[in-house]
Amino acid sequence: MTISRSRPRLRTTLAAVLSMPSMAALADWSKLNLPFGVTPYSHTIYHLHNIIMWICVAIGVIVFGAIFYSIFKFRKSQGAVAAQWHESTLVEILWTIVPLLILIAMSVPATKALIMMEDVSKSDLTIKVTGYQWKWRYDYVNDGVGFFSTLGQSSNVARQLKSGIDPHSVDNYLLEVDHELVVPINKKIRFLTTASDVIHSWWVPDLGWKRDAIPGYINESWALIEKEGTYRGQCAELCGKDHGFMPIVVRAVSEADYKAWLEKMKAEQAPAPHASNELSNNTLLAQRR
Amino acid sequence: MSDAAIHDEHHDHHPYGGMTRWLTTTNHKDIGTMYLVFALIMFFIGGAMAMVIRLELFQPGLQFVDPVFFNSMTTMHALVMIFGAVMPAWTGFANWLIPMMIGAPDMALPRLNNWSFWILPFAFTLLLSTLFMPGGGPAGGWTMYPPLVLQTGAAFPFLIFSIHFMGASSIAGAINIIATVFNLRAPGMTLMKLPLFVWTWIITAFLLIASMPVLAGAVTMLLTDKFFGTAFFSAAGGGDPVMFQHIFWFFGHPEVYILILPAFGIASAIIPTFARKPLFGYASMVYAAASIAFLSFIVWAHHMFTVGMPLAGELFFMYATVLIAVPTGVKVFNWVATMWQSSMTFETPMLFAIAFVVLFTIGGFSGLMLGVTPIDFQYQDTYFVVAHFHYVLVTGAIFSIMAGTYFWLPKWTGHMYDEGLGKLHFWLSTISVNVLFFPQHFLGLAGMPRRIPDYAVQFADWNMVSSIGGFVFGGSQILFLVVIVKCVRGGQKATDRVWEGAHGLEWTLPSPPPYHSFSTPPAPATIEGGMR
Repeated sequence: MTISRSRPRLRTTLAAVLSMPSMAALADWSKLNLPFGVTPYSHTIYHLHNIIMWICVAIGVIVFGAIFYSIFKFRKSQGAVAAQWHESTLVEILWTIVPLLILIAMSVPATKALIMMEDVSKSDLTIKVTGYQWKWRYDYVNDGVGFFSTLGQSSNVARQLKSGIDPHSVDNYLLEVDHELVVPINKKIRFLTTASDVIHSWWVPDLGWKRDAIPGYINESWALIEKEGTYRGQCAELCGKDHGFMPIVVRAVSEADYKAWLEKMKAEQAPAPHASNELSNNTLLAQRR
Repeated sequence: MSDAAIHDEHHDHHPYGGMTRWLTTTNHKDIGTMYLVFALIMFFIGGAMAMVIRLELFQPGLQFVDPVFFNSMTTMHALVMIFGAVMPAWTGFANWLIPMMIGAPDMALPRLNNWSFWILPFAFTLLLSTLFMPGGGPAGGWTMYPPLVLQTGAAFPFLIFSIHFMGASSIAGAINIIATVFNLRAPGMTLMKLPLFVWTWIITAFLLIASMPVLAGAVTMLLTDKFFGTAFFSAAGGGDPVMFQHIFWFFGHPEVYILILPAFGIASAIIPTFARKPLFGYASMVYAAASIAFLSFIVWAHHMFTVGMPLAGELFFMYATVLIAVPTGVKVFNWVATMWQSSMTFETPMLFAIAFVVLFTIGGFSGLMLGVTPIDFQYQDTYFVVAHFHYVLVTGAIFSIMAGTYFWLPKWTGHMYDEGLGKLHFWLSTISVNVLFFPQHFLGLAGMPRRIPDYAVQFADWNMVSSIGGFVFGGSQILFLVVIVKCVRGGQKATDRVWEGAHGLEWTLPSPPPYHSFSTPPAPATIEGGMR
């Protein structure tokens, strides 16, 4: 009894003690490498990225090792005498074929990941993302809800030239918006990206991809978010003066919370004069599914 | 060239003195010198722009410049460095070296040569003048993607016409080099005896001829879209903004190899010299360069994986892109094999050449990673890309330009450069360039987009490190200028061969060489003797 009761307490204490350095280490690592992310796709490419990076590191160790070995071993000042050989067909064939085989091996998981990304079928809901200079618009195609999302006010004040405000004092500096994109977790969300003026690119690193928002094009991509939380990103395609100031914030919530939020938004937006017009556009888009 | 004895001996006729001589010269060495000086000036102008960029990015928040000026700095930095510094530097090397390397008196088309150089100062005056125009310089990125680039103000037509001029200059230079190599080789100098610098330049020249007109077409369509009511790239008028990207990168990817192939040639000249051992796999080096050139025409869309292409297209461009790693790997392995069991010394050109092999290979690794489409959806348009192309262009192309400058400067001027200052320049540059660009890999992977004037605070640490590296790297280049000026003005007399292990026809000429390189072709025995 006592043991079992003390166990959780012990575990919590241990976890708290252990998490101090490990969280710091994790925080540092996240500054150095791709995010693991919160979607199946982001996990897939995180592993793929690590595999290919370590293959590169291994090849680098061999090649640079040979170079530095040569530098230390074959120097004239150490009395090295130059050999005069300068050809070997066997060696040449070998170092053509071996890299080719490594590339083929790499291409297999890469092809699988790409096929996974491009399969937008059987989605649960569709969100249209429209890029504007310099804000985003989100339309919930199936529900007739839509709104603009712009840089948060405190960031906007601090980011002015010579504002004198320390960016470190602003919460989520440049990564805060007035209206977040709210989505349910564990649902396959289809994103349709387009733009109204110039090309933008919609990117949330934790989802594992970015997709260009291009006037005249509707691009499709998808995400299935596994974890509740707030995920931040930015426009990734140069789109003019305030390209650096049109962030993206996605808040992933449980399905119940999402439903409640949606009802609230519907109620707020119902009397809007453009609602019927928006709806017919969106219904057309929905029929593409 | 100012050496009176050499002037008299070789009937050096300058019909004019002073500035008119330089305006009217048709001599390959004079024109080569002008190209190199022009490239150096542009290197410092483009570098100053980079300093503005790194200064603003030193800390989060906007302290020094507004976002529009920041964007025009990134745009102009790229245009000036690519078209003003690296490409003219290569043409300068080609002018100076190709006639001497193949045993010719001069270039095949000397007047065209004069013209192709003198277009450039006008092109860059047009381009740089836009910084003082209402609305400022072009700020839509050097890639000039519509519709954004069509929002450019008064600078727009100047941008387009300066690109036309640069293209015309490059095409003329390329034609001249092809004509020279195919017609003016000394008897006995067969194609498979050409130095690799000449080989890589012929391949580069063909890439230029094939790709520059495509760029000219693309920017002309931009011009008519802006001023004459066409809608090539406007979705609202039935056009297609993505088509511009396809056309641009059909030029843009071969352009990447235009910038780097001559660097391969220079590394292949320097490493065997200081290793005192023949280049390993000469023939495979030629075939690898040709394969890279061919592949460069079928991989363009890897610059735009995120525009939303069909799966089949994405797969094709991924496979073709990663395939380039094979011939590039062959080149790197050959350089390493050349060093193996050699007898090396480490003068400044060799130091830069070895740093080139190592650091260019790092750029190659990140290039391979970027070529893998599903992960590129994450890397695209981040600082990871910025780190990648600066590793291949700065520690690739520019390091080999520096290596080549130290290598041939004694031949060109007749004086040895200051070895101590050269080595100091090398170590400062090599350390600082890694402090500058390596952390940008981390920034990109952690999620910092490129081309932004301000950033979220989690990117602050590495940006500060990168900026410090940038300032030291920028400052170190003043040493480069000092070494060059000192060497031109005087110094220890250089021998004809200059380097103990040097092979090739240019080393059989006096240092500095006569005004007309080979008035009579070198004897076939000299050619054989120069071969390794």
